[in-house]
Amino acid sequence: MKTFSKLLTTAAFLTAGVAHATELEVTHWWTSGGEAAAVTEFANAFNATGNTWVDGAIAGSGGTARPIIISRILGGDPMGATQLNHGRQAEELIEAGLMLDLTDIATEGDWANVVNPTSLLDACTLDGKIYCVPVNIHSWQWIWLSNKAFADAGVDTPTNWDEFVAAAPALEEAGKVPLAMGQQPWQSNGAFGVIAVAIGGEDLWNKINVDKDAEAAAGPEMAKVFEAAVTAREMAANSRVQDWNQATNMVITGEAGGQIMGDWAQGEFQIAGQTAGEEYECLPGLGVNEVISTGGDAFYFPKSDDPDVTAAQKELAKLMISQEVQVAFNLKKGSLPVRGDIDLSAANDCMKKGLEILAAGNVMVSGDEVLSADTQGQIEDLMVEFWNDPSYSAADAQAAYAAIIADAD
Amino acid sequence: MATSPGTSKRPMRLLRNLNAKIASIPMVATALVIFVGCTLWTVVYSFTDSKLLPRLNFVGFDQYDRLWGTRRWLVSIENLAWYGVCSLILTLVIGFTLAALLDRKVRFENTFRTILLYPFALSFIVTGLVWQWILNPDFGVQQVVRDWGWTSFTFDPLYNPDIVIFGILIAGIWQGSGLIMVIMLAGLRGIDEDIWKAARVDGIPTWKTYVVVIIPMMRPVFVTALVLIASGIVKVYDLVVAQTSGGPGIASEVPAKYVYDKMFASQNLAQGFAASTMMLVSVIIILIPWAYLEFGGKKRG
Repeated sequence: MKTFSKLLTTAAFLTAGVAHATELEVTHWWTSGGEAAAVTEFANAFNATGNTWVDGAIAGSGGTARPIIISRILGGDPMGATQLNHGRQAEELIEAGLMLDLTDIATEGDWANVVNPTSLLDACTLDGKIYCVPVNIHSWQWIWLSNKAFADAGVDTPTNWDEFVAAAPALEEAGKVPLAMGQQPWQSNGAFGVIAVAIGGEDLWNKINVDKDAEAAAGPEMAKVFEAAVTAREMAANSRVQDWNQATNMVITGEAGGQIMGDWAQGEFQIAGQTAGEEYECLPGLGVNEVISTGGDAFYFPKSDDPDVTAAQKELAKLMISQEVQVAFNLKKGSLPVRGDIDLSAANDCMKKGLEILAAGNVMVSGDEVLSADTQGQIEDLMVEFWNDPSYSAADAQAAYAAIIADAD
Repeated sequence: MATSPGTSKRPMRLLRNLNAKIASIPMVATALVIFVGCTLWTVVYSFTDSKLLPRLNFVGFDQYDRLWGTRRWLVSIENLAWYGVCSLILTLVIGFTLAALLDRKVRFENTFRTILLYPFALSFIVTGLVWQWILNPDFGVQQVVRDWGWTSFTFDPLYNPDIVIFGILIAGIWQGSGLIMVIMLAGLRGIDEDIWKAARVDGIPTWKTYVVVIIPMMRPVFVTALVLIASGIVKVYDLVVAQTSGGPGIASEVPAKYVYDKMFASQNLAQGFAASTMMLVSVIIILIPWAYLEFGGKKRG
């Protein structure tokens, strides 16, 4: 009996402690070196407020983590906050009333004016209410080049896609893989998207992805894109790694000439102690068409009955978009901040290039914002097959692609 | 029940063995609600345009049209057919052969039996990972043989889209044949010693005794083994995920993985439901004639 009452007392103390500092479980899929360092910035800032950040990292990638996150929310076991790519992924969860409405703190923090570009906030908005906090801008449209690989092959580091293609035979002769590519579906899909914008141009991209114009998708301009993708496929034929950071590592070590990957690759170069302009180069829009997409990550907060949890959720939301945390987080992550009013003088050359493009307004919406998860899944399936099967011709792939766009919702 | 003499003396047939019947109600109810109910629910929603959440907005056969026009689904079906046929035949043959060899009163039978059954104790994920390493061209079999001096030796099934499904098959058989062997062994132990003696007196060679006498006598055991193997084939998923995640490209995709990806990753429930309904239909097409032969036949005989 004595032990029992002791237990009870302990339990009472524990509950009291919890009520004081709320624990929030935050799920995300940031597990590579650079990403983990960035997410620690969030955790530290949140812990400093007296609450507790319970890290719920899900290894793999968005493709693995999203189903787990969504089924937890649907299954009635929601986390305190979760990363998702903003856009249409959470649309139905919001419609079902499962997400916390953040409109009041958004008005208080004047998000409408500080978030730049505004399309980021639009993606969080449904029926005039705001449901997520954008935390960074990710642009896919980059190619990362290893100066060492090109020096070993005896050629200059290219400054655009065509020069890169021309340098490929020399790289191969030197025993390098010209283009490093991971095998995960989203990587194949993303790389194709980058080639499409660089070779086909922004107008064509918008016609196909925003207006769902199947004729444009089957047209001669898009045919050029598929031809370029075939070239890229040949250049990546000997790349056998799975994860994107393994592919980035091939560029870091000079084993591969380059990698088409979003700006998050920067975090990996940073962790490896490399500097842009010295060991590696970055070309936005493959050096052809300098435009960046402004998709990115956002945090959603599943609704909770507990007022303490709700208060902590709002506190975390405020914190994530605050100036100090934005700077600390994005410098580690290698992504661009969502606020136009902060000083990023500590940024490296590549980030500065990105900031300039952003300031010049050369931005486009991201695929996540305009295509449903279903359509993206279909395109992913197509791209995975296309990148891995050398006998899949450009014309066949284009026909299949146009059919998907025709059915897109 | 068929053997009981005329029912005229027992008025309430329904009340016979009442306790047993009452005791089985929970199980029957569970089966009806969970299996039949959920199956029907899935079939109904496969005719809707449900995305992330189920909703009743009927679109007819659209989901099925799309399903059968999708290359990935067709590749999955083809893979399942190859995997199914090969795994069925090879597992049965290997399982029976091992059991017959063990049944020849070998020394250390227990040891062998344990070793051969051991893979079955591993999950498919572990099996898949182990075989992914063994078949990896840079560390596995290929590299070992090359280190022995045969430098042109190539064996990389998991990286060759044409034969990748057989790389998965190897792992599947390695994992599954131990269990089949044990079941077969139990069947062989059930065969009366006298039959062997009679065959020996008649001078029938051992292999012929197996083929002509023993195997036909083991029919129920074979049926059990068949059902176990077949159910394993239709649901093959984790093995593929662990070994190749469907790659290279989409060369080793299987239907169960299509269902999962569509339902959860692509947030298109209805498409996943349509695919799982097709899996159910194919199982039923195979099962019904078999059940008819197996159970319908007995009544008449």
